Amino acid sequence: MPKPLCNAVPLPKFRLSHSIKVRTSYSDSQCRVSGSRAEMTDKSKTQTEIATPATPASPGSARRASPKEKSWKENTLKPTLEKSPERRAEFTTISGHPIRRLYTEADLPDWNPEKDLGLPGEPPYTRGIHSTMHRGRLWTMRQFAGFGAAEDTNARFRYLLAQGQTGLSTAFDLPTLMGYDSDHALSEGEVGKCGVAISSLADMEVLFDKIPLANVTTSMTINSPAAIIWAMYLAVAEKQGADWKKLSGTLQNDILKEYIAQKEYIYPPEPSMRLVIDTFEFGVKNTPKFNPISISGYHIREAGSTAIQELAFTLRDGLEYVEWGMRRGMDVDAFVPQLSFFFNAHNDFFEEVAKYRAARRIWHKAMVERYKSKNPRSWALRFHTQTAGCSLTAQQPYNNVVRTAIQALAAVLGGTQSLHTNSLDEAWALPTEFAATLALRTQQIIAHETGVANTVDPLGGSYFVETLTNEVERGAWDYIHKIDAMGGMVTAIEHSYPQREIAEASYRYQMEVDRKDKIVVGVNDFVTKESPLEILQIDETVAHRQAERLRKLRADRSQAEVDRRLNTLRTAARGKENLMPFIYDTVKAYATLGEICEAMRDVFGTYEEVAIT
Amino acid sequence: MPTKKTRVLIAKPGLDGHDRGAKIIARALRDAGMEVIYTGLRQTPEMIASAAIQEDVDVIGLSILSGAHNTICPQLMALLKAKGMDDVVVLVGGIIPEADIPAMKKSGIAEIFLPGTSTQDIIEFINKRLAVGT
Repeated sequence: MPKPLCNAVPLPKFRLSHSIKVRTSYSDSQCRVSGSRAEMTDKSKTQTEIATPATPASPGSARRASPKEKSWKENTLKPTLEKSPERRAEFTTISGHPIRRLYTEADLPDWNPEKDLGLPGEPPYTRGIHSTMHRGRLWTMRQFAGFGAAEDTNARFRYLLAQGQTGLSTAFDLPTLMGYDSDHALSEGEVGKCGVAISSLADMEVLFDKIPLANVTTSMTINSPAAIIWAMYLAVAEKQGADWKKLSGTLQNDILKEYIAQKEYIYPPEPSMRLVIDTFEFGVKNTPKFNPISISGYHIREAGSTAIQELAFTLRDGLEYVEWGMRRGMDVDAFVPQLSFFFNAHNDFFEEVAKYRAARRIWHKAMVERYKSKNPRSWALRFHTQTAGCSLTAQQPYNNVVRTAIQALAAVLGGTQSLHTNSLDEAWALPTEFAATLALRTQQIIAHETGVANTVDPLGGSYFVETLTNEVERGAWDYIHKIDAMGGMVTAIEHSYPQREIAEASYRYQMEVDRKDKIVVGVNDFVTKESPLEILQIDETVAHRQAERLRKLRADRSQAEVDRRLNTLRTAARGKENLMPFIYDTVKAYATLGEICEAMRDVFGTYEEVAIT
Repeated sequence: MPTKKTRVLIAKPGLDGHDRGAKIIARALRDAGMEVIYTGLRQTPEMIASAAIQEDVDVIGLSILSGAHNTICPQLMALLKAKGMDDVVVLVGGIIPEADIPAMKKSGIAEIFLPGTSTQDIIEFINKRLAVGT
């Protein structure tokens, strides 16, 4: 009898609404996407209303300026404003959050430092999850890398490790991300272009050649096929003689944000969530030091959300995973310590710092109050950060080095555990070796030259930072409660709620840039004539190499064994067993990624979204 | 006699699901008075060409950030030619190396819009292009 979920919102029953098309069979030779085209002519009569973000209401005590502040306003500020007005009538963060001229103790009337700020390594973790933070251990410098075939990425991995990065992060190409082999018809033109092409365990073995997985923490950015890629990674580790119980790393494996933002889904929500919870169960038993999920806000932000939306949707996704995990029968404190998070580091410096601090406070509160968690390791939110790709420009690309440095600084001051810094050529192509190295040096300079890592939470106690942390937290809770009231995140997704919020925010931001309300240096102001940048080229020989390898793989392996194990997987998929062992068996027989994903498509069907524009 | 509204098909070809730009352009064009059809994700060139015919569009806007443009664009242009859709204005937006642009334009693509392009620029381009004719 599963334990009751204390104070938990009842798990929403996933129902097939008219808006979600699920196909139960899939033809290899053609992509039968039934046209869910959004016809927009009926809306063309009225101008789109651009919703303005609600000013966060400040519950509790009103702001009461001190007599000194009142006198300053009258005697010092007023004459200044009369002589020279401010640059704008109103100032906001990049997300549209209002920012005041000056923050004083009057902005923190109910603030209780012992309760709200606390000390690092203790609830509510505002100041960080470890008592020594970066004095004890610098964040992991974990540069996202991947392109071409496995040997190309292996070389880049080993180069970056030699240059001083302290963790690996793997980018896979679109065919791999979508569960297709490199030689599938739909992979044409896409092989190795956005990341490394991995079609089988054989490719994975090449990817980690001369990289001891026992000693190198490894992250893999893969979602729908995550269980399969993880099985391949575990098989390579086994071959290397590494102890699974000691393996350190992360699997992105966050399917909810795919429906919300990145759209790299294959299967419908319920079987996709089943696969994710299977990985949690497997991780608890077999890989205690490995994060089977990286609950992500990065992509939500890249899709154009505000900082508060990024925070709220990510954490609410996290709560959804917690509830589904508990529903499976796992004790909350058994699996939650292995869940990790992934945030964006965007341009608005203080908004980002406030966001990370608020994230820790919200997670702790939710874990203790909603789920009665008793293990502090469940309360301490651990996160990786990536600087904002969407903020980088094609114009004057060297400006991006500056943007990335400032964004990285925000992540460090916000207490990140791990960090990727983008390369200057982000808006043009995958990084050249030069650009990737400079991005890594950016982190090393912050760590070793700026002094910011030498004390814990240096911005703590700032009137501005503490007020903004409170406001961002409040805004996020509003969204979380709204989604609770809808019946949870899966239901909210089904109703396109987060998707619509993101579409609105992204459109609003674009209109601000087009109107020059928001300046993007080099793009809508300070524009210059430029010459082209030298960029990384990936040609079609990767696809040819992969096609040949797959031909050889299929010839060398036991087809009968592959077929048998795929059938066993299909049968298990129709039932309720944990699929990880079955997936592992198919991987070891050198079934390809595409074949394994296809076997599951046969059982789970595929998912199509209703496009929200 | 009322002027016929410009009909635009916004398409996401290939496997990539990053649709922020495509959706913003679709909405901006709608707000500018055009009739816009958004295909949704993971369209093949065949599906896009079919949709363009069925919807009788004046403009096709392709959003490509994946690096697959050198495969997708020639395939689509060939299909449009074969189906007699030469007069459709084809635009591409996304991540396109400058070195690839001349060949794309030679194949008949009217314009390539890189990151940082304003929505007004795209609207003006379309209006100017259709007012003048091919």
